[in-house]
Amino acid sequence: METKERPNLGLYFLASALLMLILGLIFGVLAALNYIIPGFSQDYLGFIQLRPLHVSCIIFFILLGASGCVYCGLQAIHPKTVSKPLAYIQLILWWIAIICILSSYFQQQFGGREYWEFPPRYAIIIVLAWLIFLVNFFIVAVQIKKWPVYIWMWMTGILFFLFTFIENYLWEFPYFREHFIKDLTIQWKANGSLVGSWNQLIYGTAFYLMERISGNRSNAKSNLAFALYFLGLFNLMFNWGHHIYTLPTESYIRYVSYIVSMTEWIFLLRIFYTYRNTLTTAKKNFHYFPYRFLIASEIWILLNMALAIIMSVPAFNLYTHGTHVTVAHAMGTTIGINTMILLAAFLEFFMPHNEEYIKGSKVLKILYWVTQFSLLIFWLTLIIIGIKKGLWQMGAQTASFGMMMQSLQNWLYIFVFAGSILMVSISMISIVLLKSFFRKKESDS
Amino acid sequence: MKKSWQKYIFTILVIAFFSYSILLYSNDNYNYQVNYDKAKAIEGQLVWQKYNCQSCHQLYGLGGYLGPDLTNIISAKGKDKQYISAMVKSGSKQMPAFNLQKNENDNLIAFLKATNASGTADPRTYTAHFNGMITKNGN
Repeated sequence: METKERPNLGLYFLASALLMLILGLIFGVLAALNYIIPGFSQDYLGFIQLRPLHVSCIIFFILLGASGCVYCGLQAIHPKTVSKPLAYIQLILWWIAIICILSSYFQQQFGGREYWEFPPRYAIIIVLAWLIFLVNFFIVAVQIKKWPVYIWMWMTGILFFLFTFIENYLWEFPYFREHFIKDLTIQWKANGSLVGSWNQLIYGTAFYLMERISGNRSNAKSNLAFALYFLGLFNLMFNWGHHIYTLPTESYIRYVSYIVSMTEWIFLLRIFYTYRNTLTTAKKNFHYFPYRFLIASEIWILLNMALAIIMSVPAFNLYTHGTHVTVAHAMGTTIGINTMILLAAFLEFFMPHNEEYIKGSKVLKILYWVTQFSLLIFWLTLIIIGIKKGLWQMGAQTASFGMMMQSLQNWLYIFVFAGSILMVSISMISIVLLKSFFRKKESDS
Repeated sequence: MKKSWQKYIFTILVIAFFSYSILLYSNDNYNYQVNYDKAKAIEGQLVWQKYNCQSCHQLYGLGGYLGPDLTNIISAKGKDKQYISAMVKSGSKQMPAFNLQKNENDNLIAFLKATNASGTADPRTYTAHFNGMITKNGN
């Protein structure tokens, strides 16, 4: 089924994703500086611009990275079936959307919704790009007789992204805006499932990488792998209510989400464990960095799974909701899990598989460890800040919001410092990867 | 792709998902007193979005982390619509000043009255139970 040909088409998506990652990290640190320097750069590029710039760049990184990985995978499975013109049109549409959206923030034009927001007209470009992706995916997928689990995951990610992305704009219809609570409920239903859909694309990529590295094709077709997939899909569809436990809406939403959330993540660890044991030392060395980044994501899954389960218990959620514990979970999953898996994939597709070269790459080894340690400090600091805020919001609130934030200053300094180190280390890894991309392009031509 | 058990499970889950979605879309069971101008409040939400207030502030604990939750700001002690209008106009060390038109300001106030009327965002108004579930006090 799979050929040894090195895929090229998806690499343009991956290179674009890396550029977005570097930009997103820079905007993230600039935004975070507002916590320790009030009104930082407000006259040129204020927090209300920096936050959406950061969020959008990181989401572009995830979506372009995941799309690129899917293309690399599809091209390796059926090299001549993927439509290259369609894929290039998709990439051009993405770049048009990126330029329009990022420039709109500089012009102080916003969508104003929570999480991923931009002027709604630009959503049409993203929908068009995604429709092309959908067509290109099915052109290849229908040729495959028995789908491994990662094809199912990619299909789910592509379909559900399209649905939830459109659902996110239902507020444009007055019917959905009539009741503020209804609007918030649907907004968080869409947001929760939207994240779940790109997670399907990324976890599918992780399965594909495991198969590629281990050479073992049975794992991706096992009942256990499918049990995990359906568990993930079940969570994508029904667990989003844990974002809105305290919203005065129907209580069944709370119950459904609570029960579903408790089933989360369990099988993924089992699969990773099985996969790690199937690898020989030779394969671990041959895929030195992809393997290590996958293992890092495994550890981050464990840490964030524990946090997610605690946050999904409504009684604990009263303390964590609206605090930086939520941010810790968002950052832990986005950087610790999604970014680690995507970097593993980028390293697999970009870097030469040359044991001597890889073992000699001391810079990458150092950057790998700096990334893990700075992320751990960053994550723990956010949890501490969140717990302190949670205790304040559940306590007598004798101190004002401003006084409470002031009392967190020392922790906020650590948060910004760790975030800056993280920005530097991940950006440097991205630059190493981009250099490999351009070297590879030169050698191909 | 051959017919497989995966297809059946996928189809069942998708049907359940869309049924749940339709149930939520059609739900109009929101029992709170409308003591504000509803049309202005709907417009006010667009003002809230236009100036990206959500990037720093929260409603029901959902939003940014730089500023306080504003769900019930209109009824908070010592804070009324004059205070909010003045704060928006003058800004602070952390918050930029916003030059809102009069109708934009009125609509934003109506929106904040609507968020306030919808319930309270204070998590202390919930009681936690042994099974981990929470219920609103008085329910």
